[in-house]
Amino acid sequence: MDKEKKLENINENPPYKQESRRGFLKKSSAVMALALAPPALLKAAEKDETIASYFEKIPLELSVNGTSHKLSVEPRVTLLDLLREQLHLTGTKKGCDWGQCGACTVHVDGKRTLSCLSLAVMQHGKEITTIEGLADGDILHPMQEAFIKHDGFQCGYCTPGHIMSAVACVREGHAGSVEEIKHYMSGNICRCGAYPNIVNAIKEVNEKGGSI
Amino acid sequence: MINFDYIRPSTQKAALDSITKDVNAKFIAGGTNLVDLMKHGVETPQKVIDINKLPLRNIDERKTGVIRIGALALNSEVAESELIQNKLPLLSQALEAGASPQLRNMATIGGNILQRTRCPYFYDTTMPCNKRKPGTGCSALNGFNRMHAIFGATDQCIAVHPSDMSVALTALDAFVVIAGPKGERKLAFKDFHRLPGATPHIETNLQRNEIITAVEVPDQSSFANKSLYEKIRDRASYAFALVSVAVAVEMNGSSIKNIKLAMGGVAHKPWRLTETENFLRGKQASDSVFEQAATIAMKGAKGYGYNNFKLKLAPNTLVDALKKATGKVG
Repeated sequence: MDKEKKLENINENPPYKQESRRGFLKKSSAVMALALAPPALLKAAEKDETIASYFEKIPLELSVNGTSHKLSVEPRVTLLDLLREQLHLTGTKKGCDWGQCGACTVHVDGKRTLSCLSLAVMQHGKEITTIEGLADGDILHPMQEAFIKHDGFQCGYCTPGHIMSAVACVREGHAGSVEEIKHYMSGNICRCGAYPNIVNAIKEVNEKGGSI
Repeated sequence: MINFDYIRPSTQKAALDSITKDVNAKFIAGGTNLVDLMKHGVETPQKVIDINKLPLRNIDERKTGVIRIGALALNSEVAESELIQNKLPLLSQALEAGASPQLRNMATIGGNILQRTRCPYFYDTTMPCNKRKPGTGCSALNGFNRMHAIFGATDQCIAVHPSDMSVALTALDAFVVIAGPKGERKLAFKDFHRLPGATPHIETNLQRNEIITAVEVPDQSSFANKSLYEKIRDRASYAFALVSVAVAVEMNGSSIKNIKLAMGGVAHKPWRLTETENFLRGKQASDSVFEQAATIAMKGAKGYGYNNFKLKLAPNTLVDALKKATGKVG
């Protein structure tokens, strides 16, 4: 695929790497840097690194909830930050941001994944599903309905992650018993302690069967 | 997280060239440990080399009965692979006992082997740590060391290796397959990770310009049906091991024909119990034999205060695992 090839080449030998960019920036005066930078970067331009990172954005194509996006990101941007800050899909929550709580769980090519530990640039060509992509218009996903019916939350902060994980848990075939649900939902923490109701919601969706 | 250069090579050669050229480069696969460490400021690579395009994801059985698992195979797909569940149930169990479903969907086999300790002082960049910053001292030695080592530690470092999978692979006499500038080499699992000694920052015998390409497990058909990964932790799921035991046993009636044993959560590397295996081989399976075996296994164990409970938990877990694996559950 041409597009793929192109991106690969960019990544292996990005144009900005062909010259010593950092060397150039250090040599050039701060005034010059400020003159080149767009207004929003003026404050940030006081630091070399921020200017450098401005130039270092990498092209990225991915699909989120069925919509294709052509974006550009710094290498350090996580999938979580990309979803929330660039695509304004704030349903996916930042809890611990260290891969411990599961609040940021999304599906990447159908697999439940922690978006806080995923670099956005590594998701090139992938299909992402977030909590916003579960419902069909005004019709909630069966797992969303079940969480409401069983009161599977209190403050609600962990809920998007829990629901994304729960959908995957049923699809994987790991919701056959309460014990199994507990083990395969252990990557999602609820500090309000809504666990019994969450388990009941998942159990019900699993027992109803059908494709979810 | 500080920024870094990112490249995505398509060939192993390009990946190796890239890491050889740049001393501040790191490979990234699943990223579950590296990204976490970068967010904490523990790892600060200037270049991150994404190896996910390399063709290293296959799981297959060779004619010799050797099972080869590509370094980029995901923890979840290895655990759920029919081949692994049938031929290496111990490995499947150990993988299922580790991390969470989300992390297992991201983490690779190679990355699991290379993950760093979860010692809280290693993660806390405001504290001395010989592993993170050689020569600064070990904060855990007289600190909160509940999770720490009881075997093979030194005053330089008492951290433990956190991988469950590596404990099972060590017991199963597996090999780490490594590619480097001079071609391919294989290292036995028991020789891959290092004890801390005076250089706890050097954790494995992998060289900087090498890459793990696969894991190879020799034919285990005689052990497949009598193996067990027993993991004791603070909660029922999604926690690192306080103590774990991997056991694979071949019985001849009620006597032990052959046995493989390793412990986790107790040392800077997966802790193979060779002397205990030698003692058990040919013995009748019984409670008293298992108690004697546990005494042999615990030789040289040392507590550091908060982890003294492991001096009892480890032998108890070993005896329990032996009973279950040999079918001698009372």
